[in-house]
Amino acid sequence: MRVLYFAWVRQKVGVAEEDVSPPPEVRDVAGLVAWLAARSPGHAAAFAQARQIRAAVNQEFATPDASLAGAEEVAFFPPVTGG
Amino acid sequence: MSAPDDHSGEDHGGLNRPRQVASAPEGRVVPTVRVQEAPFDLAAESAALVAGRVDVGGLASFVGLCRADDGLAALVLEHYPGMTERAIAGIAAEACARWPLTGCTVIHRHGRLEPGAPIVLVLTASSHRAAALESCAFLIDWLKTRAPFWKREEFAGGAERWVEAKAEDDAAAARWEMRGA
Repeated sequence: MRVLYFAWVRQKVGVAEEDVSPPPEVRDVAGLVAWLAARSPGHAAAFAQARQIRAAVNQEFATPDASLAGAEEVAFFPPVTGG
Repeated sequence: MSAPDDHSGEDHGGLNRPRQVASAPEGRVVPTVRVQEAPFDLAAESAALVAGRVDVGGLASFVGLCRADDGLAALVLEHYPGMTERAIAGIAAEACARWPLTGCTVIHRHGRLEPGAPIVLVLTASSHRAAALESCAFLIDWLKTRAPFWKREEFAGGAERWVEAKAEDDAAAARWEMRGA
C-alpha cells in the first residue's frame, strides 16, 4: 500500500510517500493512522492531532471508519485550503 | 430598458425570448479542467467557451487572486496530483448536473504565487444569467472545501505558515448541500 502525505503532515512525517504493509488487523483509516503513528517520532508528531487530519483512499476523500479493502493509495493531509 | 435586439442573457420571457438554436449538438457538457503552474488568460478562455455557439446568453467568471495580507511575500500552493484533477472534474460535473450549462472551465494554479497573481479561474456559460452566476459561485465554494490544495504563506522576513481552513468557507460550501439527498 502506498501512503502519501501532504502539506504540514508531509513536513512532520519527513517523507512525501512510502510503501507500507500494515498487518491484517489494520482494517480502516483510523486503524492505519494508529499503526503509522507508531512508526517514528515524525509520524507520531504528524498524527498527534488526529482531528486535524483528513484522508483519501484511492484518491477519494475518506472518513476514519472507511475500509482499507482494495486500498492501493492512501493519503493524509490537513483540511484543504485551495481556491 | 432592454433594446429589442438585446439577447444578453436576460430572461425576457414570451416574445422577447431569444430564438436562436444551439449550434452545438444537445448532450452533456464536458467541462475543461486544468491544474497548472502557468498563468491563465481570462479573455482567451472566455472566448473558447463561447466560440461557435449562439445559445450562450451569459458567461460568468470568477478569478481568485493572491492578496498581500500581513506582509505576505508569496503563497505556495501544494496539491495532490491525480486526485486534484479528479476532484475538480467531479465538482464541475456536479455543476453541470445542477444547472443547464453550455460550458464550464476551471483552471487552478499551483506552485509559488506572488501578491496580485491570479490563482484560480472559474467560467460558466449558460443560456441565462441565473444558471451562469449561481453555478460559478457554487464551483468556487466547493473548490475551496473539496479540492486537495494547501496554501503555505511566505513572509518577507522568512517566516512561513500553513493557511488554516476557515469555518466560513465550510459554511459557504454547505449552503449548496442538497436537502434530503
